[in-house]
Amino acid sequence: MSAPAVRIRDLRRTFTLKGVLNGVDLDIAQGEFVALLGRSGSGKSTLLRALAGIDHEAEGTGEIALPPRIAVIFQDARLLPWMRVLDNVTLGLPAAAHARALRALEEVGLAGRERSWPHELSGGEQQRVALARALVREPDLLLADEPFGALDALTRIQMHDLVRRLSERHRPAILLVTHDIDEAIALADRIVMLDDGRIASDLRVEGAQQGLRNSLLARLGVG
Amino acid sequence: MNAHSGEIIAAPPLLMPARERPPLGPGKPSRHGTLLGPGLLLLYWAVLSATGWLDPRTLPAPWTAITAGAELVREGRLQANLAVSAARAASGLLAGGLAAVLLAFLSGLSLLGGYVIDGIVQLKRGIPILAIIPFMVLWLGIGEPMKIAVIAVAAFFPIYIQTHSALRAIDLRYVELAETLGLSRWQFLRRIVIPGTLPGFLLGLRFGATAAWLALVVVEQLNATSGIGYMVTLARNYAQTDVMLVGLVVYALLGFGTDSAVRWAERRLLTWRRTLGR
Repeated sequence: MSAPAVRIRDLRRTFTLKGVLNGVDLDIAQGEFVALLGRSGSGKSTLLRALAGIDHEAEGTGEIALPPRIAVIFQDARLLPWMRVLDNVTLGLPAAAHARALRALEEVGLAGRERSWPHELSGGEQQRVALARALVREPDLLLADEPFGALDALTRIQMHDLVRRLSERHRPAILLVTHDIDEAIALADRIVMLDDGRIASDLRVEGAQQGLRNSLLARLGVG
Repeated sequence: MNAHSGEIIAAPPLLMPARERPPLGPGKPSRHGTLLGPGLLLLYWAVLSATGWLDPRTLPAPWTAITAGAELVREGRLQANLAVSAARAASGLLAGGLAAVLLAFLSGLSLLGGYVIDGIVQLKRGIPILAIIPFMVLWLGIGEPMKIAVIAVAAFFPIYIQTHSALRAIDLRYVELAETLGLSRWQFLRRIVIPGTLPGFLLGLRFGATAAWLALVVVEQLNATSGIGYMVTLARNYAQTDVMLVGLVVYALLGFGTDSAVRWAERRLLTWRRTLGR
């Protein structure tokens, strides 16, 4: 087997606003889709922010090995309101990325909207622009922090389909933070549950999903 | 009922008039709408003058301003003084604006800059512009440098304060985004900080331009041998109310014109914004 895309050993984070990490070990294989489940305060956002390198306020120790190209999708689309859609997608990239950005917009179903302003798009469309902005960077690792949490149910299902198709085509390693069990089962190859800053369970998603669903619900204390 | 006859009785349609709810926003703006207020004021003034309610010794009629203005233009005095005044205000505004933007960025983007610059600016802000004129005269004399310096100082504060607070208000989420996209410091400045600060800067520029005209009036009436303020001061000495009035009208037009120019720039530069006002 090839080396994992992500390798985390004994990661600890204290003094965070969003929940601590008490020694997390996690490997993510290349092209693997991992959903990170957990209650609020379980540390899942802390873990994602540590991997994205934006947890300046946190203190802690541990070892993180990451691939060179990482893209992040946030819960809000986080488009710059003063830039048109295409400029948001190519933000920070050389001019040569222009054609690739057009292709990425086409892939997320927004061909022809390059010249729109972010405020002219619906919430789902904005999140698709954010997806295109991540795709165009051709990431080896895609980090997504509850990216569908703010969308309505129907849009969310459409986004699930889109993400599934794109992940199959581009095969980045993906870490998706969510608190939605059905979303985790629908999208991921593997579901990791975080509880109190530790990995409480690590399950593969295969055939018998109803059993998996019940067991996950029980672990979240909802079943 | 008539059910047995097979007749279908259509329920009368409920003809509720679609309730015309007035929108809460002010609606679509007209192109020259801002002229309405000044127009009404002019009308009011003209009516008062024409009916004799307003003594010309208190305030001459609007048409007196026009004839006096035409006379001043024929003599060449108005253009000459206007050019001098406009050049003074423009150089002061430019100098003050450049300093304001530079210092706002320094103090907004570096902690140390913030501690040093912002503290001083807040302290100085409490001193009225008129109070520093004696010192300006002491340091720079009574010539042109002093006049431009006073105008620059007056224009500096609103521009600095608005630019600085807009810079500080840039959403932390955009900073995170810049980090995850791996933007360089220059790209961060150019793509996020500058466009994010632009609305605040333009607002400051509007206030700053007004402050510059105000300071211009003060320094020109203080000690000058040219400019609109000088023309007005001279007219006052000879009790020429019509010339004084022309000066007033010119100041008003200049202020209004500058403000319109900045607002025009706002509309061009901030097309991405969707606000109540437009």
